[in-house]
Amino acid sequence: MSSKEYPLAPDPALEWTGAKRGYDLVKELVIALVAVALLTVLLAALFSSPDAKPVTIARWANAAPRDFVATALSELDGTSGIAGYGPPYAHVKGAGQNIIDGISLERAVGVHIPINPAKTFVLDPLSIPAQSNPPLAAALNAYRDASTAQQQAWTSAYTKGFDHATFAPRNIVLPAGRYGPVATLMANLLTQARSGGLDGALVSTSRFYQTDYTNPILFLADGSYFPALAEQQNLLGSQWGMMNETGNYPGQAWLWLYTFWYQIPPFSTSSNADAQIWAIMAILSLGLIGIPFIPGVRSIPRYLPLYRLIWRDYYRAAEHGKTPPTSKPVIAGQRE
Amino acid sequence: MTGPSILFQLGHTVLGAVVDLSGRPRYIHSGWFLISVANLAVIVAMIVLFALAIALPFPRGRRRP
Amino acid sequence: MSTPGEVRTWTGRVREVAVAALPPERLLPDTQPVYVASWIYVFGVLTLAAFVVVLASGAVLALAGPGWWHVSSTGHFFNSLHLWSTELFFFFMVVHLWGKFFMAAWRGRRALTWITGAISFLVSIATAFTGYLSQQNFASQWIGGQAKDGLNASGVGAFFNVLNFGQMFMWHIVLLPLLVALLIVGHVLLVRRSGVVPPLPARLAGGDKR
Repeated sequence: MSSKEYPLAPDPALEWTGAKRGYDLVKELVIALVAVALLTVLLAALFSSPDAKPVTIARWANAAPRDFVATALSELDGTSGIAGYGPPYAHVKGAGQNIIDGISLERAVGVHIPINPAKTFVLDPLSIPAQSNPPLAAALNAYRDASTAQQQAWTSAYTKGFDHATFAPRNIVLPAGRYGPVATLMANLLTQARSGGLDGALVSTSRFYQTDYTNPILFLADGSYFPALAEQQNLLGSQWGMMNETGNYPGQAWLWLYTFWYQIPPFSTSSNADAQIWAIMAILSLGLIGIPFIPGVRSIPRYLPLYRLIWRDYYRAAEHGKTPPTSKPVIAGQRE
Repeated sequence: MTGPSILFQLGHTVLGAVVDLSGRPRYIHSGWFLISVANLAVIVAMIVLFALAIALPFPRGRRRP
Repeated sequence: MSTPGEVRTWTGRVREVAVAALPPERLLPDTQPVYVASWIYVFGVLTLAAFVVVLASGAVLALAGPGWWHVSSTGHFFNSLHLWSTELFFFFMVVHLWGKFFMAAWRGRRALTWITGAISFLVSIATAFTGYLSQQNFASQWIGGQAKDGLNASGVGAFFNVLNFGQMFMWHIVLLPLLVALLIVGHVLLVRRSGVVPPLPARLAGGDKR
C-alpha cells in the first residue's frame, strides 16, 4: 500500500520526498573508471586494432596497370565517375542527386571543390616529368592546343586500341592507330605512377605544407582495383559496408539503420539513394531526439512491462508494503 | 574488370595481439542480410547485458552514510 | 560583496542562478531515492567512464601525432585502447539509451535530459566517424571515398570534405570532442538538477500521470 516513503504514483515533476538511502556518487565514478580502464586494456591486449595499409597510386599502377590506365583515360576523356559527378566538384548538366524530383540540395549548394579531371589527374601531374622530357612536353602541348573534337578522336581511338594493349616493363604496346599524343601521355603517366611520383604530384599544391588528399582518393575510387579490395572485406555499400571493419574486428554497429536502407529496394537501385537516405535518417534522428513529444512512441514504455521488472522492488514495497529486508531507507530530511 | 585475377592483399599490421582478428573476414549471409560475426557478437552481447542488467537482483542493504 | 537581494554584478547573478539550480547537496548528493536499485542504472556512469578513457587514450596519441601508431608498437597499443574504449562507449551508451527509453525517463519536465542525451549520441557518431577518417590507413581512404557521396548529396560535402585529412583531423580532436563533452556535462547537470526519474505509476494507482 502507498505510503509517504513508497508513493504509488509519484509525480515525476516534483522533488522526491519518499524513502532514500545512502549512496556514494564519487566512489561509483571511480569504480567505473577503473573497471572500464581495465576492460579496455584487456580488450586492447587481446585483440589489438586493425591497420590495413593504405593503397598508394604506385601500388595500384604496379598491381593493376590495365585498370590504372583505363581509369586515367576516363579522366582524360571525361567519362570517369568524377567527371560525371556534378557538385561539389563541377557543374554537370543533369548531375546531382535529388531528394525528391527536382529538389537537390547538392545542386543548390553548388561547386565548392572545383576539379577538372583531365587537368587534375593527367595533364598537371605530367607537367612535372615533362620539364626534363622533351617528347612528353611536346605531347602535352599538342594535346592542350588541340580542339575538343580532335582530343575526343584521339581518346576514342586509344580506348579501342587499349582493349588489345599489352604491358612491357617501360611501355604500353598498342596495335597501330591514330592515338595522337594520348599514347605518350598514358605511357608516361603509368611510369610516373609506378615510380611513386604521381602520389606526390596529386597531393601537392602551390603551397609547401599539404593535408588534403581529395585528389588521390577520388582518383583511386574511380578505378576498380581499390573497390575490389574493399569488396573482399565486405565494405561496399551493397554489403552493409558502412557497419563493417576490415578483418574480423567489430565495426560501427550503431550505423546499422543507416546502411540498412541501401540494401533494400527502391534505394538499392536508385541513383538518388544517398540523398533520399540522408533525408530519411535526418527525419528519424529528429524523431529520436523528439521522442518525448511524439504521441504513441512516448507511450510505448507504459505498455511494455519492462519497467515493472526494473522497479520491481519498489512496486513490491508500494503495492504490498514489502520493503526490502535489509535496506534502511533514510527518510528525506533525517540525518544520522 | 576483364583479365587475370588481381593478386592483392590487405597488409594488416597487427602487433602482439593474442587473438589475431586481421584474417579472412567471417560473415553470416542470408539473402540481403549480411552481418559480420564480430558485429553480431557485439549486438548479442549488448542485448544479453541489457537483459541481465534488468533481471539480476540489485544488492540491497547499503550502509547508512 | 553586495547584500542579499541587491546583486547587480553579472558574476553575482550567475552565482545566484547556479546555486539556486544546483545547491551543493543536489550537485553532489550522498543519498538517492530507493527506487534507484537496478543494474540498468550503472550504464550512464559506465558510458561516462568510457568517454574519459577515450579522451585519455586520444591525448596520448596526440602526444606523438597521427603517424605514430603506424610505426610504434606502443603507439599501436594506445590506438587499440582508443578503439576499444570507443566500442565500449557506444556499447554502454546504447544500453543506457534502451534503459532510459523503457523507463520513459523524459517524464516530469526531463525532456531536455533526453534531448541532450540523444544529441550526444548523434554527435558521438560524427566524432567516431571523423576518427575513422583520421587513421591514415586503408579504412580511412575507403570510408572517406564512400561517405563523400552521402554528404555531397545533402550539400554538406561542399563544406565538410571527408577527404581533407587536415580538416577531418581537427574536427575529430578539437571541435567534436568539445561538443560531446559540453553535451555530456549539460546532460549530467540536468540529471542532478531534476533528480533520477521516479517509477511509472504502480498498478494500484489508477490514472496515469505524465
